Amino acid sequence: MLKSRRNEILVAAMLVAPFIAIYGWLFVYPTVQMIRLSFTDAPLIGEGAWIGLENYVKLFTDKVYRTAVWNTSYFVLLTVIPGTAVALAIALVVSRLRGYAQSLVLAAFFLPYVLPVTVVYLIWNWLFDVQFGILQSVIEPIMGQPVNVWRRIPWFMPTVALVTIWWTNGFSILLFLAGLRNISHEIYEAAELDGAKRGQVFWKITWPLIWPVTVLCLTIQLILQLKIFDQVYLFSLGGRTAQTMVLVQYIFDQAFVHNDGGYGATVAVSLFIIVVAFSVLQFQGLRARGER
Amino acid sequence: MTATTAEVSAGEGRTLRFFDVGSVLLTILTVICALIWFFPLYWALITSIKPEDEVVRPFSGLIPENPTLNGYIYVITHSNIGIWYLNSTITALSITFLVVLMGICCGYAISQLRFPGRMALWWIILASFMIPVPALIVNHFIIIAGVKLLNTHLGIILPQLIAPVTVIVYKQFFDSVPRDFREAAVMDGANEFQLLFRIFLPMNWGVTTALAIITFIGAWNAFLWPFLATKTEDMMTVTVGITEVQDTFGVAYARVLAGAVMAGLPVALVYLIFQRRVTQAIMLSAGIKG
Repeated sequence: MLKSRRNEILVAAMLVAPFIAIYGWLFVYPTVQMIRLSFTDAPLIGEGAWIGLENYVKLFTDKVYRTAVWNTSYFVLLTVIPGTAVALAIALVVSRLRGYAQSLVLAAFFLPYVLPVTVVYLIWNWLFDVQFGILQSVIEPIMGQPVNVWRRIPWFMPTVALVTIWWTNGFSILLFLAGLRNISHEIYEAAELDGAKRGQVFWKITWPLIWPVTVLCLTIQLILQLKIFDQVYLFSLGGRTAQTMVLVQYIFDQAFVHNDGGYGATVAVSLFIIVVAFSVLQFQGLRARGER
Repeated sequence: MTATTAEVSAGEGRTLRFFDVGSVLLTILTVICALIWFFPLYWALITSIKPEDEVVRPFSGLIPENPTLNGYIYVITHSNIGIWYLNSTITALSITFLVVLMGICCGYAISQLRFPGRMALWWIILASFMIPVPALIVNHFIIIAGVKLLNTHLGIILPQLIAPVTVIVYKQFFDSVPRDFREAAVMDGANEFQLLFRIFLPMNWGVTTALAIITFIGAWNAFLWPFLATKTEDMMTVTVGITEVQDTFGVAYARVLAGAVMAGLPVALVYLIFQRRVTQAIMLSAGIKG
């Protein structure tokens, strides 16, 4: 018995060893190192001197950092709630369709989600091209002239948010569809017998029953969009990046462009704290959902 | 009594008729929305098979007048897209294989075996969900540079192996395998590895396929890390490389979009072929058991 117990531990060790090795080396260790690095003035590669809280003090006076925090929040605001609302609306209309028609329509909404960000960037860069972009024929009548949306600061974030919603909404749509499918037909039939109007059915039945999925979508999107980098970086290429900066981009900018690893790590720690704080909230929410 | 029945059926008739007109309108609206949503992809596809002079002509049509594959031929002959494809395939398949294998092994150990530190490991994995990987780029770069793996396939692969979701999903699925299966197999003298690869894994083939597909799509699409880890064009993945196509080609949208179509095609096809599995994988990763 004792031998088989020892054997079990040995087998377990063999099974978890590769995972623990990778996790320790590329996850736990860099997390600890990131915090250590944030107290130094090290370049990207090489050692630096310990400078205490200097980097953190700098955060509070750094204008570009403030812009990055603001832009990230603005981007979250522009994508999370509008994106989730659009996803719910699409899921509601798609769920009415059946069989082949539903798969086809759903594929149209979901396909962008599986594409690489650079493909999305190239497509929308073309659609909005100042000279030849087809969307300028929508913008021009309204604005009176073509607008270079990637170079005009007020246009930048909303346009990137629009592209992001187009790109990533398939995920939320799928979650909502699953949620809608779980609502029993009997409830709808009963409501119909009672003569409930369509609006009433939505607000009195669907909305409260779909609420847990809505919360799930909102929190997943929130944490995802706080880590925004790819689209903003690509669309701002060649532009005034200091004004369209977001947090992850600022880590990249400080560490890789300005070779200031220490300060880059400090920005990373601040992002880390923000994301962990929101994740704890999400985790509490999920746990509450699981216990019910 | 008769009056009530008549009233109910009249009411039903009314809602039915109302539903018909409303339904048809709503369905048409849905289809229009789907077409609008799909339009950017269609437009990219169409642009990629137009000659360059037709692309920049005002009011260029929805159907190309002189379809041509010149854009594709140009990208294939004037860029490293073949090598990028190879790099993407090597890295994405390696990441998929390793992530799924580690998920299987670790998930099985946590679910079925009793060993010291088991719960601690489980909590660490759950907690690691919260850690934003993009925040670690600086230190990933330092680590990978330290072992001289920058600009290599292994260097691109390593930091992408962090996937707590896979372990969590497998642990949950292995938990739900009835205890009897295990006991019967142990009676027959099966060891743990046989149990895992002969019984537990085949029982969850669907999960494995779903996770493998979504991991592959994620690895193929990864941008930030492969972008940082590659220095030379011949080590880039397709996802990173096609932005180079734009830099070198200038305003030549047919070529640029031909590159984009080629980069997106593998993942789009994977999705269209395995639509159901992708849906399942999304549900699994969001914590909804499908």
